[in-house]
Amino acid sequence: MIGLEHYLTVAAALFVIGIFGLFLNRKNVIILLMSIELMLLAVNINLVAFSSYLGDYVGQIFTLHVLTVAAAEAAIGLAILVCFFRNRGTIDVEDVNVMKG
Amino acid sequence: MIGADIQILMPEVVLAIYAMGALMAAVYTTKDGMAPLLTWATSGLFVLLAVWIGINGQGTNVAFGGMFVDDAFARFAKITILLSAAAVLLMSEAYMQRRGLLRFEYPLLVALAVVGMMVMVSAGDLMALYMGLELQSLSLYVVAALRRDSVKSTEAGLKYFVLGALSSGLLLYGASLTYGFAGTTLFSGIIAATADGASLGLLFGLVFLLAGFAFKVSAAPFHMWTPDVYEGSPTPVTAFFATAPKVAAMGLFARVVHDAFGGIVGDWQQIVAFLSVVSMFLGAIAAIGQTDIKRLMAYSSIAHMGFALMGLAAGTAFGVQAMLIYMAIYVTMNVGTFAFILGMERDGRPVTNIESLRMYSKRQPLRALAMLVLLFSLAGVPPMVGFFGKFYVLRAAYEGGLAWLAVAGVIASVIGAFYYLRIVYYMYFGEEGEALDGKMNPVLWTFLMASALIMVVGVVNLFGIEPMAAAAAATLVQ
Repeated sequence: MIGLEHYLTVAAALFVIGIFGLFLNRKNVIILLMSIELMLLAVNINLVAFSSYLGDYVGQIFTLHVLTVAAAEAAIGLAILVCFFRNRGTIDVEDVNVMKG
Repeated sequence: MIGADIQILMPEVVLAIYAMGALMAAVYTTKDGMAPLLTWATSGLFVLLAVWIGINGQGTNVAFGGMFVDDAFARFAKITILLSAAAVLLMSEAYMQRRGLLRFEYPLLVALAVVGMMVMVSAGDLMALYMGLELQSLSLYVVAALRRDSVKSTEAGLKYFVLGALSSGLLLYGASLTYGFAGTTLFSGIIAATADGASLGLLFGLVFLLAGFAFKVSAAPFHMWTPDVYEGSPTPVTAFFATAPKVAAMGLFARVVHDAFGGIVGDWQQIVAFLSVVSMFLGAIAAIGQTDIKRLMAYSSIAHMGFALMGLAAGTAFGVQAMLIYMAIYVTMNVGTFAFILGMERDGRPVTNIESLRMYSKRQPLRALAMLVLLFSLAGVPPMVGFFGKFYVLRAAYEGGLAWLAVAGVIASVIGAFYYLRIVYYMYFGEEGEALDGKMNPVLWTFLMASALIMVVGVVNLFGIEPMAAAAAATLVQ
């Protein structure tokens, strides 16, 4: 029987993979965007699992909000990335380094 | 029913409709030709809304079943946000116009960010919190990358976006855990669920939420984006980042820890105290080596957020009052300081190097004096208003039983005084360097002088914000 804790474990694993993808990835900014998406989807699994477990619809409404915002976020991220690419000619993470820090 | 709810969030609705209407109007007419007009109209609308909220607001009103709360705390934060955003917009107009940066989207994105901030400080539910926060963040990512043809500006936008999205993710994960273990997203429900201690899951949720907020207020150790974003963004945008969003994020921070987790003060107090002490020291020490005044202001804002968090760490109504007073003073000081920075140019090109200020006092004695007052105030030197901000938070921490934090705060502020005084040193002593341009835009001049004057005159009674902040804090902390 698959219970709440299984869903939470999967979500936690996905979330951690997302964070690691963000920090360990040295190659490409697109991968950063995918990692961010992974984190948000992990949260959605959490919310839907809790919603079903609690028998409460609020979690599913929250999920719909998160999905919508994630789409807007990806659009803005890609737009900024395109501007960056036009100026710099590359989207390697290592080249995002004009300013130190 | 729904009419009464809408009535309560009328200022937000008006601002959102204005932003969308103006966007349409500008797209179908002269586009960037309307930009100066829109900038003035937007800041005028901000001031009007601030007056409206100030006069009209009475008591505590709750809309949409507790999702949106309009109380004295929210009104105090909203008025601060609106007025500082209006000031920054007025200051940016001439600067951006001259550099061909003034696109019509700029004032409207600021307006949308302000709508998000107003929702943030009024949030009574995790969903309202998230939507407000994202509306603010998404608008800010875009304005950071406003100068599309500059590598620095787009890089600032990209860095801000990636780290901002990470912080939203952390916050959201915390929200999902909080929802799951409290069984509700309403703050009133969460506080009821924690009446007899918090479960482990809720504590995890709380920690993730606090980490997300720490990112948004740029508290160490979640501050890494701040210096780069401040340096890379166009200066008027940096001025905006340093003022209104900080107030909104601190307001949200206070709202969540008191409205939702007010029953378990002991559990979050240590985290907030830790964030506070690390931010104060990191801001004070890392700023010493900076040569760029925008980067220096970034570290300065990290240190100031540490002080504001100190008020919050006290966990008392007086602590929230101290935090609100501190933020109001901080914003006023920063508006003046950025008016000065926006006016720093040589042959019409902006200069941000601190060394360009060598012997500034000889050529511009009045402006140098105003900047001196502001820097002393930022450092917290006694006769200026900035000192009283620090005094309130230190007292709150001491009375809240965190004497060690107050002592650490005093030490950090002494270290921090060094780099403010270094700018003063450049302006008044040392050898002569290449001169900066003599003339300054009258709007910038007015803001610089007004802000410096407030820092001196305000010592009398802080313009009466003390009782207002006390009333605001009393509605938040029961």
